[in-house]
Amino acid sequence: MPATYEPIATTTLGSTQNQVDFNTISSAYTDLVLVFNGGVTSTADIWLRMNSDTGSNYSRTRLTGDGSTAASTRNSAASSIFVSVGTVGTNANMIIHVFNYANATTYKTTLTRFNSSAYTAASTGIWRSTSAITSLTLKAEAADTFTSGSTFTLYGIKAA
Amino acid sequence: MAVTHKLIQTITVGSGGSASIDFTSIPQTYTDLLVLYSARSARAAVGDDVYIRFNGLSTNLSSRTLYGTGSATASYSDASVAYIGYAVGDTSTASVFSNGNIYIPNYVGSTNKSVSGDVVSENNATGATQQFAAGLWSSTAAITQLTIYCLNGNFKQYSSASLYGIKNS
Repeated sequence: MPATYEPIATTTLGSTQNQVDFNTISSAYTDLVLVFNGGVTSTADIWLRMNSDTGSNYSRTRLTGDGSTAASTRNSAASSIFVSVGTVGTNANMIIHVFNYANATTYKTTLTRFNSSAYTAASTGIWRSTSAITSLTLKAEAADTFTSGSTFTLYGIKAA
Repeated sequence: MAVTHKLIQTITVGSGGSASIDFTSIPQTYTDLLVLYSARSARAAVGDDVYIRFNGLSTNLSSRTLYGTGSATASYSDASVAYIGYAVGDTSTASVFSNGNIYIPNYVGSTNKSVSGDVVSENNATGATQQFAAGLWSSTAAITQLTIYCLNGNFKQYSSASLYGIKNS
């Protein structure tokens, strides 16, 4: 049986850190999955960027539930995909799917499930670039940081 | 090449139904756990809530849920249980089962356990729903046992759940 779901890299923070990068991502897979478990100090959002692009080339639409209200919001022409919701806290998890990341023809789309003690959310994002994705960055907003012990694992998925 | 998803166990409910589906003596050798389930409740209603508990304990659990029915959306919270999914009930369209997944990262770690749950119930009738849940077990204990159960009824025959271990290396 072929192994279609392969770990590429994993990071466990030994101290607080503002961002985690997965660089030199192999183009050998069909899709990518990034799994996060941990927290963020302060009330920061978590940003996702591709290939270190800080331009206004991202947008995102999401559904959120905080336990009493269901809502949907969107951002366009943003400098990252906002993949978290509200106060992340210390007990969050997130699963980000990045589809067809290695092609050099289409814009790149993402699906994210975010969960914390305050919110559950599902969102879609797009990076308006036809470049193949060779790096992914998860960054805490501004100068805030991921908590020590947070884990980040990148998997590659092969269609065959 | 590493095999990251390894089937630990599949449980299929037999005739007579079952109050819960239990995975016990879970190996501590993986990074994350994934449960894929197909479920129908014996509750005489269109659907039933599915909850999760760990290590046989029903304390320190909470959850937030978001759902849509095709005509409405809503969100609710539980402060004493962890809602993690949904099962169609006995008045739902015959032969329909809800299908969902439950993802538990770092289940052997020394942090609180944060859980993600997604489920769909399409039945070609009213009562169809899609739901997302964030569950939390505020315990630093390693998870050695996992139980899913319906709030108001037993799992019906042919309900099933498979537990997978995921390795990050």
